[in-house]
Amino acid sequence: MTTRPAHRDILSVLDRPNSYIGKTVPRPNLDRLLQGRGLYVSDIELPRMAHVVFLRSPHAHAMIMAIDGGAAKRLPGVIAVVTGKELAAVITPWVGVLSHLKGLKSAPQSAIAIDRVCWQGEAVAAVVATSRAAAEDAAEHVTVEYRELEAVTDMRTALDPKTPVIHSALGDNLAFERTHDAGQVDRAFAQSDTVVEAEFVFGRHTGVTLEPRAVVADWNAAEARLTIYQGTQAPHMVQNIAALHLGLQEQQVRVVCKDVGGSFGIKVHIYADEMATYALSKLLRRPVKFVADRIESFNTDIHARDHRCMGRIGVERDGTITAFEIDDLTGIGPYSMYPRTSAIEANQVVNLVGSPYVTKNYRARARVVFQNKNLMCQYRAVGHPIACSVTEGLVDLVAMKIGVDPVEIRRRNLIADDAYPCASPSGLRFEKLSHHASLDKLLGMMDYQLLRAEQAELRKKNIHRGIGIASFVEVTNPSAAFYGVGGARISSQDGVAVRLDAQGSVICQTSITEQGQGSESLTAQIVGSVLGVSMERVRVILGDTDNTPYGGGTWASRGAGIGGEAALQAAKSLRKNILDVAAAILQSTAAELDIVSNSVVDADDGTPRIELKELARVVYFRPDTLPPGIQPELMATRHFVPREYPFAFTNGVQASWLEVDAETGFIKLLRHWVVEDCGTIINPQLVDEQIRGGVVQGLGAALFEKCIYDERGQLTNANMADYLVPMAAEMPDIDVGHVVSPTAESELGAKGAGEAGTAGAAAAVANAVNDALRPFGAIVTEIPLTPQVILTALARI
Amino acid sequence: MKASAFAYARATSIGNALGLLAAHGDKAKVLSGGQSLMPAMNLRLISPELIVDIGGIGELRGIALKGEVLSVGALTRHADLLKSPEIAAHSPLLTKAVAHVAHPAIRNRGTIGGSLAHADPASELPACMLALGAIIIVRGQAGERRIPAKDFFRGIYETALSAEELLVAIELPVTRKNAAYFFDEFARRHGDYAIAGLAADAVVKDGAFTNLHLAFFAVGDRPVLSSAACRLIDAVITPALMADASAALDEELEPHDDQQATASMRRHLAKVLLVRCVSTLLGRADLDARVA
Ligand SMILES: Cc1cc2nc3c(=O)[nH]c(=O)nc-3n(C[C@H](O)[C@H](O)[C@H](O)COP(=O)(O)OP(=O)(O)OC[C@H]3O[C@@H](n4cnc5c(N)ncnc54)[C@H](O)[C@@H]3O)c2cc1C
Repeated sequence: MTTRPAHRDILSVLDRPNSYIGKTVPRPNLDRLLQGRGLYVSDIELPRMAHVVFLRSPHAHAMIMAIDGGAAKRLPGVIAVVTGKELAAVITPWVGVLSHLKGLKSAPQSAIAIDRVCWQGEAVAAVVATSRAAAEDAAEHVTVEYRELEAVTDMRTALDPKTPVIHSALGDNLAFERTHDAGQVDRAFAQSDTVVEAEFVFGRHTGVTLEPRAVVADWNAAEARLTIYQGTQAPHMVQNIAALHLGLQEQQVRVVCKDVGGSFGIKVHIYADEMATYALSKLLRRPVKFVADRIESFNTDIHARDHRCMGRIGVERDGTITAFEIDDLTGIGPYSMYPRTSAIEANQVVNLVGSPYVTKNYRARARVVFQNKNLMCQYRAVGHPIACSVTEGLVDLVAMKIGVDPVEIRRRNLIADDAYPCASPSGLRFEKLSHHASLDKLLGMMDYQLLRAEQAELRKKNIHRGIGIASFVEVTNPSAAFYGVGGARISSQDGVAVRLDAQGSVICQTSITEQGQGSESLTAQIVGSVLGVSMERVRVILGDTDNTPYGGGTWASRGAGIGGEAALQAAKSLRKNILDVAAAILQSTAAELDIVSNSVVDADDGTPRIELKELARVVYFRPDTLPPGIQPELMATRHFVPREYPFAFTNGVQASWLEVDAETGFIKLLRHWVVEDCGTIINPQLVDEQIRGGVVQGLGAALFEKCIYDERGQLTNANMADYLVPMAAEMPDIDVGHVVSPTAESELGAKGAGEAGTAGAAAAVANAVNDALRPFGAIVTEIPLTPQVILTALARI
Repeated sequence: MKASAFAYARATSIGNALGLLAAHGDKAKVLSGGQSLMPAMNLRLISPELIVDIGGIGELRGIALKGEVLSVGALTRHADLLKSPEIAAHSPLLTKAVAHVAHPAIRNRGTIGGSLAHADPASELPACMLALGAIIIVRGQAGERRIPAKDFFRGIYETALSAEELLVAIELPVTRKNAAYFFDEFARRHGDYAIAGLAADAVVKDGAFTNLHLAFFAVGDRPVLSSAACRLIDAVITPALMADASAALDEELEPHDDQQATASMRRHLAKVLLVRCVSTLLGRADLDARVA
């Protein structure tokens, strides 16, 4: 036991003796998961449970003329064949709009298509049977008669008068448009010495979680309650939506979310097939399980990116950036996703372009159009990779044109580290960022000058290597400004309840969720540190709307910053309550006592006074021995939401070092560096792995991942052989460094770190490729950077 | 997805397997390593009524050197090829090539017989058979046929095998004096099927080829044994001759477009492989544009 005088008024709660904050401690859930004792939705088996398989449209756009499930119903094991019309008796449709995204429109979407299908993969009927295999056999015997309609597939022509309007009631295919005009853009461009323009193209991709989306819905007619077991990032949001559309009170719905095999934003939405599963359970009065298979995942898990963005940058002769301008276009599928909408990504692009830089002259337009493809929505680092690739791509292109080193132009234009608080050209308020400190640290880590020398040396041997740098700003810890103000019942606050059990251990219930990020670990670390209890004695319960406080969950890099602060405040409150009781028992004062290593001690010299175990025994079993008037409260609850800033912005910078084979177009990633600033670091290993995992997803976008649709709206690579995810053999070593600027919004000071890696990785790679291709005069502004794209740019094919 | 229901028989001998195949014709499918068959069944791309599992037939296993011939049983797994000292000594091209086939988990189950019978045009092993001049031995109830590799591959997933026959073994000539080999492929990720590949078997003497077999794969509906190679045999290789050979190669290839590469990209990559192969085998860095 290391005890040192603990002057509690001076020391922050974070550096108390035996603190776990800032330490790499193993996750409490590791052994359970490694021993195969995880409980994923696909593991759940309930009595009388049926399995649903959805018959999905082979057409991108078609009228449903007739559905005949007669033959299927007669097959062994089949319980029901249900159409959209039939299911509409128990569930209402929805429209994915939010009021703060002005002008955003969408059409009503049903759990199962009624009369018309709008993308290839939309469910047209549900086949429910005693096993998945029986349901699949039966699905082959359901016949659907379609009348094909013209599919709208190219976002560039979606708004043309000749193009059919997907939802005639909406008038056109424009879902959302946002414009922004700040400063004096025209004048700035007119006065610039050099202006560079380019079109940046981003492939459509998706999240590819290891565990597919899965739901078991169990309607208990006797209790009039629906229990939903689902791998979701936001249990209370699911509870709210399920209740709303099934005509139930929220208290009639319980959402249980045990282990989740990856989410990345894929599992933060409400999907039609999940809604259909809830409704089927209610309709059939029995548990129903839906587990998406890999093909369904590709066809129905939200897609993301798929932007075409024109960008323009102006500079003065010395490299001072004068203005940015963008015109962004994205196609989101036939509906805006529910309930977070599909306008957020384009909105983020407008928000974030130019955000690391000083210039105030910025004009933007973003248009979001409907198409007959799978829905697009928020996926890890929403909008950031696009904004970062456009901004950083433009900065490098213009630097190349005026012959300024990429590092130099950034040094000249990044917001100074002492300029905060300040605002971005799009009006984002920054509390404290550290672009220059981060860049300096990065250059040191990568030994920039040495790398440049090596690059020049290798060029002589016809080996073409490139260095790419990308600075970025990341949105984390969102307040109600993200969804709440637009009318969505998605909580931006989180709650944590902590209580001492009868043996002095701690049970902690939190509303944030765990999908592998380490929410359980960071909560236990914070609670253990603040309380003075060892981590093994802290049990964290999450993912159950019946058993946790109300809150948002884990998304938008908010778990540590918001849920972590709630945990800290709850633990502080419980600590005070414990010390009050201890003071009464010990005839001392709370101010003279502290808790260290599971015992109440003298604050001054650390002398043990009473073990928590003993204190709990007295409180729970011999309250008669306590002084009169003392009512111990060994449970405390606190909630938290940031109020001062709508978002806790973080920043960072990435660099890529790679080699391009100019004859074959193949790219070999050699090394990747990241420096980021997420404020207080609770667990360095968890943060570094978040960064690395995020970088790998960004590298996937840069080189491999793309949902390839043909002109008829058919997804042609909906499998793991043709949709290329990044794999270990192609990944470089990723070095991660940190600069720490805690937010003053919370005592914890933590901002988010979950999306930083994804935000800047593709931009760094694209810049490195252009750097490598410099001798050939070829420039590429399209990802994924496939060999085909590179060879085409080099005019080799 | 789940496969449709099917019947399963574990064959006890080659005769037993052939009997089952004869009785069920094209409603039956042979199961070897299952690495191509099972995914196709789970995707319901095929729904055989009967699976004839040949995994228990001892006669189909084993690698044996018989004089000048190396015999490899159909059930020899990719992983066995990779670590076999006989293969490394007498057919090193195969050792090199098989490392490019998929990933360890798949190599632990996939078999050479399955790979050849499956005849994916982007597969490594069929091209090696062509380059090495292998004989593919198949057996039906009527008896055995010995089919030269160049006559075995007929198109995408198409071979000279009939539904009632079993591929039982392959025979490879052992490596000769002055033999040299080259294997390379371009795949988007390690372990993926190639978008263009080359397996080459050569005899090099005094800086020239006295023999050269170039088998390109993933650039047509089956592996292609290039006759452009002939121009390089017993010749002084000059850039002009290489250009000539490249043009001739271009003539012979009929690559397809797909998501990974267009036909013209495949042609381009095949020519890059040709140059890299020749410059590597002859130690002629001057021919390779990369190190000009
Ligand atoms: C993810 C993944 C990646 C892969 N990557 C590659 C790659 O890069 N290169 C590559 O070459 N392969 C690759 N493969 C395929 C793998 O090599 C397979 O093992 C091989 O194609 C088939 O061998 P098998 O023993 O598994 O055959 P099976 O799957 O059992 O059978 C394949 C076909 O051959 C028939 N068959 C099998 N054995 C016989 C026989 N003795 N006589 C007659 N017919 C027979 C079967 O009926 C079936 O039609 C990959 C597979 C996977 C799953």
